[in-house]
Amino acid sequence: MKQKFNIITSTCVPLPLENVDTDQIIPARFLKATTREERFFGDNLFRDWRYQADGTPNPDFVLNDPKYTGCILVAGKNFGSGSSREHAAWAIAGYGFRVVISSFFADIHKNNELNNFVLPVQVSDDFLAELFRSIQDDPRTEVKVDLPNQTVTNLSTGRCESFEINAYKKHCLINGLDDIDFLVQNQDKTITWEQQRK
Amino acid sequence: MNTLFDKIWDKHVVQQIEDGPTQLYIDRLYCHEVTSPQAFEGMRERGLKCFRPKQIFCMPDHNTPTHDQDKPIADPVSKKQVDMLAKNAADFGLTHYGMMSPDNGIIHVVGPEKGLSLPGMTIVCGDSHTSTHGAMGAVAFGIGTSEVEMVMASQCILQQKPKSMRISINGKLGKGVTAKDVALYLMAQLSTSGATGYFVEYAGDVVKDLSMEGRLTLCNLSIEMGARGGFIAPDETTFDYIKGREYAPKGEAWDQAVEEWKTLKSGDDAVFDKELTFDAADIEPRITYGTNPGMGIGITETIPADAQMANMPEPGFEKALNYMGFKAGQKLLGTKVDYVFLGACTNGRIEDFRAFASMVRGRQKAQDVIAWLVPGSWAVDRQIREEGLDKILEAAGFEIRQPGCSACLAMNDDKIPAGKLSVSTSNRNFEGRQGPGARTILASPLVAAAAAVTGVITDPRTLL
Repeated sequence: MKQKFNIITSTCVPLPLENVDTDQIIPARFLKATTREERFFGDNLFRDWRYQADGTPNPDFVLNDPKYTGCILVAGKNFGSGSSREHAAWAIAGYGFRVVISSFFADIHKNNELNNFVLPVQVSDDFLAELFRSIQDDPRTEVKVDLPNQTVTNLSTGRCESFEINAYKKHCLINGLDDIDFLVQNQDKTITWEQQRK
Repeated sequence: MNTLFDKIWDKHVVQQIEDGPTQLYIDRLYCHEVTSPQAFEGMRERGLKCFRPKQIFCMPDHNTPTHDQDKPIADPVSKKQVDMLAKNAADFGLTHYGMMSPDNGIIHVVGPEKGLSLPGMTIVCGDSHTSTHGAMGAVAFGIGTSEVEMVMASQCILQQKPKSMRISINGKLGKGVTAKDVALYLMAQLSTSGATGYFVEYAGDVVKDLSMEGRLTLCNLSIEMGARGGFIAPDETTFDYIKGREYAPKGEAWDQAVEEWKTLKSGDDAVFDKELTFDAADIEPRITYGTNPGMGIGITETIPADAQMANMPEPGFEKALNYMGFKAGQKLLGTKVDYVFLGACTNGRIEDFRAFASMVRGRQKAQDVIAWLVPGSWAVDRQIREEGLDKILEAAGFEIRQPGCSACLAMNDDKIPAGKLSVSTSNRNFEGRQGPGARTILASPLVAAAAAVTGVITDPRTLL
């Protein structure tokens, strides 16, 4: 899960829908697992859109379309709204996505992605619309995500944008560190704070 | 600047990381069985103990059946998850209110009713409806499982400070209009992402006049506008509610606490990143028609004529109406209803049962409607019986089930069958939320009760 992050260049899987909620990313009935079985969650990513009621793949859903491959998911505005379930981020990571590009992310889900070394890249509405067009015109369209320089480039048009991420989290992603390591190392500060509060 | 949110947040800052998040101290962590197992697993893998176990409270609620709780859970996978929470709590030395414990119930109902959620606190849980506890005048928000593990390990969390928003609702609510309708109205006005990145302070006459139960409902639904949390400055209503509860301060400590809590309000000079004002007169009983909580209308209104009127992109609007089996421009009054669900962390409190009972008193449940009435906790169940509401409900043909999250997200057996239409007092109408293929209309307990006795979508004001 803790894959170090640097520069990723990949084709994309487009999901041009807005308000994709975490119940769609991973329905509640798959939340009963008690371990982080990445594979299990990945296999059930977008379960009810991806499979028909009889369990056969839905040929109209993008994950079942062999034209679209790659480790970058491109989604409409307000991706990951709703429930706080981190299982949604595990499903995205478990499927093999390393980047999600959207013009807007729901707060809790965005943190969940970052905590699982999936990079949420927030782009402008224009950039997103153009990227959807590029992918539609040519499914082999590649995108380059450069975390050290905080840039995202649509390689078919050359359009490049910078994206935001704080320096601390960027450092964590590039070096494969997580917040728990940091907080445990800082316990003395917490103890001091508790004493001062009293 | 100088908002109540700033005051509470600033008081809990352990350190500010340069060009990074804040290390924020957390007073209370709640854990349920669904979003905690992997956090406990992570703690074991790292060889860590909980840093402040006394500040962590655990209870199962999502998987619990709403009948025969005294017997083992039939679904082995649900049983495993519920049993694992009990074991984890025991292994890590945490308080645990197990199934059938008189203290058990939905975490967001139990926390306030036990006096565990208090003004000025920072409160988190691996559950987006943790915003509920904001009604107590606390900064409360939902987190992911990795973040649950952070709090277990350090009683702290790393977070970017959100922006602040104040939503004032002025005037007086009309007859039959409840806190749920206010929240559904706000979601329709703001959309499900209108408050993303913000923490919301609710204010205005309407909010002041709301009971504690109403405030809990309003704050509960903050996340459905995208807000990380929502809260209400504590006042006499808050103090009256807390006084005497199990974990509330007692004696001299109580007087001291109230003095301190009285200072918990935004300054007159407070500056919010965003301020919105609404008029209570514009709010009628509400229902949703689509597949996100922002797709709502007044109960007498029609579904928007097109995507533009609904303020949505075409594909999403059409997809939602197809799923719901509704047409653009359609009126929903009179639409046949199959299921009614009263409960959830949104509307599973005593006042919700009072409202429902007041509407069905002297009437009969419509024959074709299946109704699930699920108290939010055993304490609510006891109060229902003390007040004799159970008799009223039974006389009208309703049965009270045992507490839990139930059909809100259908992780137990309470699933709405595919294609069936449910009027639900819960918080989300997402595709498949109440069971694969289930169609959900979100509404207040009064609208739910009106549907339950008439068998169709009915304006509750016509029955008052």
